Amino acid sequence: MSYLKIDHVDKTFQRGATSTPVLKDISLDIERGEYVSVIGHSGCGKSTLLNIIAGLTPITSGAVLLEGREVRDPGPERAVVFQNHSLLPWLTVYDNVALAVNKVFGGRKSKAERHDWIMHNLDLVQMGHAKDKRPAEISGGMKQRVGIARGLSMEPKILLLDEPFGALDALTRAHLQDSIMQIHATLGNTMIMITHDVDEAVLLSDRIVMMTNGPSARIGEVLDVRLARPRKRLDLVSDRTYIAAREAVLKFLYERHRFVEAA
Amino acid sequence: MGRAVLKEVETGATVVALPGAKPGVVPLPAPPRKPISSRLLPWLRTILVNVLPPLVTVALIALFWQIAAAGPQSSLPPPTKIWEEAKDLIVEPFYWAGSQDIGLGWRILVSLQRVAIGFSLAAIVGVLLGALVGQSVWAMRGLDPIFQVLRTVPPLAWLPLSLAAFRDSQPSAIFVIFITAIWPVIINTAVGIRNIPQDYRNVAQVLRLNQVEFFFKIMVPSAAPYIFTGLRIGVGLSWLAIVAAEMLTGGVGIGFFIWDAWNSSRLSDIIVALIYIGVVGFVLDRLVALTGSIVTRGTLTH
Repeated sequence: MSYLKIDHVDKTFQRGATSTPVLKDISLDIERGEYVSVIGHSGCGKSTLLNIIAGLTPITSGAVLLEGREVRDPGPERAVVFQNHSLLPWLTVYDNVALAVNKVFGGRKSKAERHDWIMHNLDLVQMGHAKDKRPAEISGGMKQRVGIARGLSMEPKILLLDEPFGALDALTRAHLQDSIMQIHATLGNTMIMITHDVDEAVLLSDRIVMMTNGPSARIGEVLDVRLARPRKRLDLVSDRTYIAAREAVLKFLYERHRFVEAA
Repeated sequence: MGRAVLKEVETGATVVALPGAKPGVVPLPAPPRKPISSRLLPWLRTILVNVLPPLVTVALIALFWQIAAAGPQSSLPPPTKIWEEAKDLIVEPFYWAGSQDIGLGWRILVSLQRVAIGFSLAAIVGVLLGALVGQSVWAMRGLDPIFQVLRTVPPLAWLPLSLAAFRDSQPSAIFVIFITAIWPVIINTAVGIRNIPQDYRNVAQVLRLNQVEFFFKIMVPSAAPYIFTGLRIGVGLSWLAIVAAEMLTGGVGIGFFIWDAWNSSRLSDIIVALIYIGVVGFVLDRLVALTGSIVTRGTLTH
């Protein structure tokens, strides 16, 4: 039995009399500690897939099983790092993480332990220094760091990242990718990341799940990225495995499943 | 900064060159300590700029009024006559000489107390009902049409009914305040709740916040700007309603004072009371607005 099992999941959105099939027969097994990226053109339903795993979107048919238990509703054991960070603007950086920690560990940890845990997670993303700032006072990259800290602080069985670096500039994005690799190496979390960035997918993932275009998107191909960790961005530029993996994904996206512009 | 110049280089690449941008450190002379008068000057200036125009306007209105109401045939008293007749009301707002012979300050306080009770009840019930209507589609379908009809009923139309129900003027006046102030609070809160971004709801769902936690940690802070808009409209309406309600219910409030003064033909007293009411209403509005801007400073800056 795999750690996370996505078993023949279909998703159809119903709006009045019209129904739109979004995902068709998605099956995927993910092992503990794996870093899996889901890549595809926009509108292919990759975010819907993530929301289904999170439990935020109900499934039409099929099932998602985490450690053998069916996922029916959202919960902190499947923490989500949202694309637009989704920090609460009226709370400080510290309080945003504290909201999660107090809810998840309120009964199990003492106040001092919870404080240490909040600071530990903020330090993990190098945001301890800004704990008293409000989200409006920090940069986009910093907000996303706090979002990651909030997700990690729930000690999730699986961390779901919904295009976490999509809204950031290239340099900030590279910084955060390095941070995520560091965290993944240290904590060994299971992570699923939605992305549309080929380099990001190859750099970070153990496996890349490539989705066909919607409607009724399927898993087109799954690519194993056999690159040793820790990975160094600069060393990989000329690495043959890296180049081959990159080429495979690009070919999938731009040759076999080209994005057809919806009228 | 010089103008960017594009140069075609032989390789075909485009090079952008910025002429004349020489980096260097320019030493700034230490700023001399300004004398106190020049530091006070801008501060004085702002005060003058903001206070002088309304003062001039008031003076002009008073002058015009004085001329217009100067004749012996005039039906309204000129400012000088008001000063003569109602000087005690103006300079001594807090004198006490018997049950009906008291300063306007006391009367205002009595009215304010009624507004405080009625408005606080309206705020609490309004936010709760607004949250219900904003959160639940069925509650909205069921309640919203009723709210839309009831909110158009003028405050005073409620008074006979409420007198009949409570059989006392004090709770009746408070009820009128309550029923006047509650509608904008309900409607604005509901709009605020409906506008809570889906992202915040997702966060709450992932954290499995329960209804109470969701109400206090997500709903209220997120809808706070809307709630305070409703409260601000509500406090203004209650101050409008209290004066009218007190005219009919009697007692010690500022509304009854006006009615009493009219019955004894003390026009100067009425004019002084009007100014009191205006100033207090203005202060109430600013107080709620100030509270709102302090409470929502986090929510509004994103």
